[in-house]
Amino acid sequence: MVYILTHYWSELIQGLGYTLLSSVIALVFSTVIGTMFAIFEVLPNHAMRIIGRIYIEIFRNIPLLVIAMFFYVIIPMYVAKIDGFTAGTIGLTIYTSSFIAETVRAGIQSVDNGQMEGARSNGLTYWQAMRYIVLPQAFKIVIPPLGNQFINLVKNSSVLAFVAGFDLMYQGNSIASLSLDTINSYVVVGLFYLVITLPLSYYMQHLEKRLAN
Amino acid sequence: MSMIEFHNVEKYYGDFHALTNINLTINEGEKVVLIGPSGSGKSTLIRTVNGLERVQSGQLLVNGYDLADKKTDMNKIRKNVGMVFQHFNLYANKTVLENIMIAPRLVLKRPEAENKKLAMDLLDSVGLADKAGNLPSQLSGGQSQRIAIARSLAMKPKCLLFDEPTSALDPEMIDDVLNVMKNVAADSSMTMLVVTHEMGFAREVADRVVFMADGQILEDDRKEQFFDGEPTNERARQFLSKIITH
Repeated sequence: MVYILTHYWSELIQGLGYTLLSSVIALVFSTVIGTMFAIFEVLPNHAMRIIGRIYIEIFRNIPLLVIAMFFYVIIPMYVAKIDGFTAGTIGLTIYTSSFIAETVRAGIQSVDNGQMEGARSNGLTYWQAMRYIVLPQAFKIVIPPLGNQFINLVKNSSVLAFVAGFDLMYQGNSIASLSLDTINSYVVVGLFYLVITLPLSYYMQHLEKRLAN
Repeated sequence: MSMIEFHNVEKYYGDFHALTNINLTINEGEKVVLIGPSGSGKSTLIRTVNGLERVQSGQLLVNGYDLADKKTDMNKIRKNVGMVFQHFNLYANKTVLENIMIAPRLVLKRPEAENKKLAMDLLDSVGLADKAGNLPSQLSGGQSQRIAIARSLAMKPKCLLFDEPTSALDPEMIDDVLNVMKNVAADSSMTMLVVTHEMGFAREVADRVVFMADGQILEDDRKEQFFDGEPTNERARQFLSKIITH
């Protein structure tokens, strides 16, 4: 294990870097896109609700690997040249956003309807009421399940390995085949994932406690 | 000048006929108390006045805008028509002071210093200046409702709607809230439409009493006629005798 660590340190760090970068990009964009579709789903407008529903049902129910492959193969063929890292990160973002949309929607719907009615009667527009009154309360409620989504996201970023994304898993595969020490290679990779996910997990718990007061 | 005008208004929830042929005019500055048994449509009626419920047909003019018209911008009406709810609906994520300041800041763009001063004055007038920094979850029901009234007043509305403002309160809290409402009513230019079972309040403050049952207005009297004379409608008489004896 020490041999793997010392001998392939730079590959591991590079993998960690790509995994982190992909995760952070996907986390930010999937939260934004997910929240947007969550709002679509609770809008009074029927057509918007259907658009939200279709998006979520499609991307929540297709394997991540298939979505990533789609972007890796189809997009460069017909639309634009993108590398494996970009394709994988786009796939990861879209896939995760559908789960985040469902989580945030549940949060919005668990906020008492009186909050929206109070805000509207007070003169706020629908969007002002959403932004200042409903969404802050919804996010507070969904922090624990959102934390789960974020941890899943980091782990799911291993999909990059299949589209030449140079992430941790990709490096793990290549180290395993170079060193022929399969067990230790994947143990080390596993530990590197823990380096990201454990602090994230603790941070979400901390946030949950802080906002509970 | 009339503030609120219902002309042949009909409202349905699916097959349920919630409001039937409502005709009602409330003038600027008038105080009207709306009573009736539960399920009679009084809450539905008051909620149509600021567009929380849409009406299906007829004409509903509020401050000159027709709410039956889908193109009417509800936000314009709500600037001038405040509402106080049975369950207060204070913003759970905002302090008391922020509850009062947020709408004037976002909607009226009132300058921050002026906004804060007015909010504190209002808190003072409802006797809760010391609660400015508290969250709604730290308040009693009576305190919450007084804050909710202050929040509505901060928009300087022409008209205030009260939907059973004391029904969710402990008995000893009710008077505090009614006193605040009486102070609001002392402003002769403020139009008030109040759904309540507080007959003492109605006797003291109301100009008119409107009785509803089964989605219809059955009685619309001057206060004196309603309490000291006798309602002409049989159901109104029965209802009145029941709540007065309590």
